[in-house]
Amino acid sequence: MRRFILRRMGYAALSLLLLSLTIFLFVRLTGDPTVLLVEPGAAKGDVEAMRARLGLDRSLIVQYGSFMAGLARGDLGQSFYYRTPVVELYLSRLPNSLLLALVAMSFSLLIGIPSGILASVRVNTWWDSAGKLFALLGLSLPSFWTGLLLILFFSVYLGWLPSSGSGTPLHLLMPAFALGWYFAAAHMRLTRSSMLEVLGSEYVKLARLKGLPEALVIAKHAFKNALIPVLTLAGINLVIMVNVAVVVETVFAWPGVGRLLYEGIAFRDFPVVQATVLLGGMMIVVVNLMIDVLYAVIDPRIRYER
Amino acid sequence: MSDSRVLPAIQAEVLPLPGRWSGLRSGNLPVLPIAILGILILTAIFADVLAPSDPEVGTLTDRFKPPAWIEGGSRAHLLGTDHVGRDVLSRLIFGARVSIVVGFLAVIVAGAIGTTLGILSGYLGGWVDQVIMRLTDTWLALPALTFAIFLAAVVGPSVMNIVIILSAVYWTRYARVIRGEVLSLRERDFVRLAVVAGCSKWTIMRRHILPNVLNSSIVLATLMLGVVIVTEASLSFLGVGVPPPKPAWGLMLADGKKGLMAGYWWLTVLPGLCIVLMVLSANLLGDWLRVKLDPQLRQL
Repeated sequence: MRRFILRRMGYAALSLLLLSLTIFLFVRLTGDPTVLLVEPGAAKGDVEAMRARLGLDRSLIVQYGSFMAGLARGDLGQSFYYRTPVVELYLSRLPNSLLLALVAMSFSLLIGIPSGILASVRVNTWWDSAGKLFALLGLSLPSFWTGLLLILFFSVYLGWLPSSGSGTPLHLLMPAFALGWYFAAAHMRLTRSSMLEVLGSEYVKLARLKGLPEALVIAKHAFKNALIPVLTLAGINLVIMVNVAVVVETVFAWPGVGRLLYEGIAFRDFPVVQATVLLGGMMIVVVNLMIDVLYAVIDPRIRYER
Repeated sequence: MSDSRVLPAIQAEVLPLPGRWSGLRSGNLPVLPIAILGILILTAIFADVLAPSDPEVGTLTDRFKPPAWIEGGSRAHLLGTDHVGRDVLSRLIFGARVSIVVGFLAVIVAGAIGTTLGILSGYLGGWVDQVIMRLTDTWLALPALTFAIFLAAVVGPSVMNIVIILSAVYWTRYARVIRGEVLSLRERDFVRLAVVAGCSKWTIMRRHILPNVLNSSIVLATLMLGVVIVTEASLSFLGVGVPPPKPAWGLMLADGKKGLMAGYWWLTVLPGLCIVLMVLSANLLGDWLRVKLDPQLRQL
């Protein structure tokens, strides 16, 4: 098991290295980064000074080295707009993003899991079709359009919910729904297929042959086991939610990490854009590693694989 | 097979998967999705003829005119006008062109890159496989939308750049799946026989492997079309996609936000509806193709 975990950590470290290299190279090779890293409309002298300060006259390898050294110190540069270190800015927005993601996740699980179970127990019935339609729409509707329609209906016509901003639980309802629908669909599909797989297994057959009532078979024998892949996906999705909420946060002016990324684009605040993407990617690599290690601890079959 | 032959003729063999293309002709064709996609493609081609007015120029005195059937609307603007008085119908028609050009090009370019790298990675193995797959894994870890936004912020907005960005973001999806298929294909008899017969690696990859993974690529491409179009719309919505005043559906939604609180619903509902129609059709067609062409992919 230790070998498995060590190897997995090696892969993660390599991924992080490639990630930083990707971000670094894209910025350096697609033009003059000083144009991106200097405030728009800066004087020529300032641009020159910035170029010297960034050391862009040095070789790429030396530049990458200092970029990585900064990264290791947690220094990703200063925001032009807010005049504060980007990392601080990111961390100050992260709790809002996590709150939104958590509410959206609970919503997606509350809808996704029961409807997935229902669809698997009643395959090819009306329930199954309704579930499929719900999933198809969730996967096809762009979240920002769902958000805009919600605003149009609940804020403009009915006047029930605040159209944007944050502060009260009411502010969370619409963004969480717009963000969560897609994931509810994904969780529903996985619950359904996972349940169908478990329902066809030998131990479920045995439970039925023992004469257990069907409800008990489904709740105790099937559901509990079918839940494992769904919860794994949910764990990964929580991090993904934080990162794909850009459009939803923009629509609802929700002050999270995604909104920060949007502000970074709108104000041409490049250090913010770079840091948000880099930190988002790092978060996902780390969570993937944690899940793999956790699985190895729980399930001995995985440890000996490969 | 005649007894005199020791080895069967080495021909490029395409595996007779059950229901391969012949299945396409049988019933339950998804007529509606194909029809909708067909109409959208025709609209994109004949946009110049179909659009009643210039999509990029408006009259400021005609701002926020509602669709024709609502009081205050006029026949001149069947679906109303936007915040600078541009005809919504014309913008929707030309928007189809942007979405379709970007969507199809990105899916094809990403597919070509991903399939090629997937085949190289799966067939050659060794360090080539390691390099390609580590890169694929890392890029897959980056959330597609954030990665696309980052690239767009670096290279700047234009239609061609969007195609390049989307291809750069989405080729990894193909590479992963195709590599897996190649790993099992290379153990098949016809590939081994081709090796014995002295075919070069390149010939085997081109003539024996490629035709057998093409189905999966096509299925993936269809499924990816919807994702790519939503991503393009999101980028345009955020202001790093198609540059204004070009008519793109995502851009129209961003403009429509200006009239949202005043209740100018047509600026929000109509462009979104176009996106959804297109994405839904592509997804339905993709799901159907997946079941028809590639039973192995069903579990994906």
